[in-house]
Amino acid sequence: MNQLFATFAWLLDPAHYAGPDAIQVRVGEQVEYTLLTLLLASIIALPAGLAIGHTGRGRTLGVQIPAVLRALPTLGLVILLALMVGLGLLAPLIALVILAIPPILAGAYSGLESVDRETVDAARALGMTGWQVLWKVEIPLSLSLITGGLRSAALQAVATWTIAAILPLGGLGRYIFDALPVQDYPKMLAGSMLVIALALVTDALFALLQKVVTPPGVRAGRASLVRAKTTHSHARAALFRHASFIRNER
Amino acid sequence: MIEFRSVTKQFPDGTTAVDNVSLVFPSRKTTVLVGSSGSGKTTMLRMINRMVDPTSGSIEIDGERVSTLDPVKLRRSIGYVMQNSGLLPHRTVVDNIATVPVLRGIKKKEARQRSLRLMDTVGLERALAERYPGQLSGGQQQRVGVARGLAADPNILLMDEPFGAVDPIVRAELQTELVRLQRELDKTIVFVTHDIDEAFLIGDQIVIFRPGGIVAQIGSPADILANPVDAFVASFVGVDRGKRSLHLEGTPETPVVVDSEGRVAGVLAAGSNPLLIAEAVPQPGAGAPAQGAAT
Amino acid sequence: MTWLWANLGLVWQLTLDHVALSVPPIILGFLLALPLGWLANRHQPSRGVLLSIGGVLYAIPSLPLFVMMPLILGTKILDPINVVVALSIYALALMVRVASDALAAVDTDVIASSTAIGYSDWSRFWRVELPLAGPVLLAGLRVVSVSTVSLVSVGAIVGVDSVGFLFLNGFQRAFPEEILIGIIASVLIAFVFDVVLVLAGRVLMPWAPVLRSREHPRGLMTEKTVIGQ
Repeated sequence: MNQLFATFAWLLDPAHYAGPDAIQVRVGEQVEYTLLTLLLASIIALPAGLAIGHTGRGRTLGVQIPAVLRALPTLGLVILLALMVGLGLLAPLIALVILAIPPILAGAYSGLESVDRETVDAARALGMTGWQVLWKVEIPLSLSLITGGLRSAALQAVATWTIAAILPLGGLGRYIFDALPVQDYPKMLAGSMLVIALALVTDALFALLQKVVTPPGVRAGRASLVRAKTTHSHARAALFRHASFIRNER
Repeated sequence: MIEFRSVTKQFPDGTTAVDNVSLVFPSRKTTVLVGSSGSGKTTMLRMINRMVDPTSGSIEIDGERVSTLDPVKLRRSIGYVMQNSGLLPHRTVVDNIATVPVLRGIKKKEARQRSLRLMDTVGLERALAERYPGQLSGGQQQRVGVARGLAADPNILLMDEPFGAVDPIVRAELQTELVRLQRELDKTIVFVTHDIDEAFLIGDQIVIFRPGGIVAQIGSPADILANPVDAFVASFVGVDRGKRSLHLEGTPETPVVVDSEGRVAGVLAAGSNPLLIAEAVPQPGAGAPAQGAAT
Repeated sequence: MTWLWANLGLVWQLTLDHVALSVPPIILGFLLALPLGWLANRHQPSRGVLLSIGGVLYAIPSLPLFVMMPLILGTKILDPINVVVALSIYALALMVRVASDALAAVDTDVIASSTAIGYSDWSRFWRVELPLAGPVLLAGLRVVSVSTVSLVSVGAIVGVDSVGFLFLNGFQRAFPEEILIGIIASVLIAFVFDVVLVLAGRVLMPWAPVLRSREHPRGLMTEKTVIGQ
């Protein structure tokens, strides 16, 4: 209990809201790193994932690469790249972008694949071009899953930037790594609580975004659409949600 | 007029879906392709709007080879109605109907106006216009599907088992309405089904397929019932089981129509001449009074 | 490579530590998830609550959770229990959802006919529902296994030894080879676990066609033949 009081005292101490190590500065850095990671990973993974989902080509690669990446220990990857590339933001950024690609990629292609084949077939039969099918049918109908992939990637980035603070970087992990050698437990706890709070806020924001981007007709028709689905495709969908875009590291 | 000349379609896995079919679909008539699953009838349909391209042979619409036409433009000029309606779940009923006109560059407002009129044509209340497909019954969804197929006012309407997924009562309703609609609109309809009764009700020309995409017989419903070319067709249309060979029993005052297995199928309509009907029974065309009760 | 031969004993010991830390969370997460998944599947209201809690727990980053564990459990900061419990929480959070969905996906006709031929609720769960949910459970378990193994090394930061030790040590000594060996060891452990799970699946569910974890959903016809029995 004393630890808890000490932690809250640390969090409320006005001294921790000033200077380069101020809480708001560290939160800002963490958010900035995370957004940068998401942006760079999206530039690579979204077009690739959409291409795989739309054409069905390159899927084996799109599945296997994330599966292999998932087995990589982030801590090792971050440190290895730092030793190879040098200290600074670049090494961890490369590592984090690599790690953020699988969930975004998987969200995009499994999102597109979740769209009813009959709907896509009908859109083609009506005379939509490939691009029109993609933009007017496939993307709107899978936006929620695509956002889900971004959500996983964002949470992973928040978590991994915390670990990456083992390098001389900013962000909230700084508190934990600065406090570790001197056993400043309240500071470690305060840093941890801030990261957890940031992660939960991120998760909630993306959950909200997923609701917002779901087209109204899909929400309205969910019950009847679900009814039409066969059992095995339900199982398949369940599998997809878990297997494809679960982040490996927090 | 749509014409198939020695059309064959083989899929990459080696199965032959359509085997050397030559066939003419007359203009402004309804041609029904009927056969069990795997008989290539859907592939036939999809080759007309180039959703599938044939391995060999040629397909012409009014003398123009479809292989020379841009598939996207071709599809926009042909109406397509499919099983489970294939409606876009994220668009309202009017917007679904307006899809093709909007793709062809007609102003959205105008297209929506036209969609509303089409809703009247296919018997949908305008109150449903702003609903989403998921909020409609199966029968209503199919009506929207038909309206969407008609929206660009195409000459050709392709229908792929459009009533296959609705219950029998609604199906009967939709079938009769399609017959009524066709009387008004005079489209060239190609209709795919596995239900021979549906084929006889709707088709001017019936094409029966064997498994493996081979045409077994082409003809009017009456032709096929009267002269099935072989045992396969006879069995497919049900003449061999006596389902369609009816005879009269009972007293001359109150004759009862009975099938070959002794099941009572119905009574004669008031004013019918039992002698005339009895002769007509072995080949009941769509209008024969005894047939409605038997099917 | 010379470093590896000179330190083979250390690497082997750390690998064993790594395995010892990874196995309990995977097993605990799976076993605890079954009753919870069953509950979530049976009672709709509990499903929402359980899955929301699971979602929140799964969103918590690992290092902060490791740091928080002593406060919650009353343990010492260097105690390996902290890492095991934290990883079990993740495994459970994920597996509850998998289990609930896997059970929900069992064909209702099969359940109804099992009831009709006289299975009690209890025996029906063990003999019908659980085996049929097996392939999906296995796929979930494989994901849990891989992510648990790769997370264990984070525990090295809070002093719990695993191959993660090689990362920190290699960093201090600025020696990439040691880190690379650590990464390879971790990936190999994950791979061996995966093979064991797949083989266990084949032995326990010989009737199940090999369910590649992410099959092509476009081939609807083949899909049906793959799982549709």
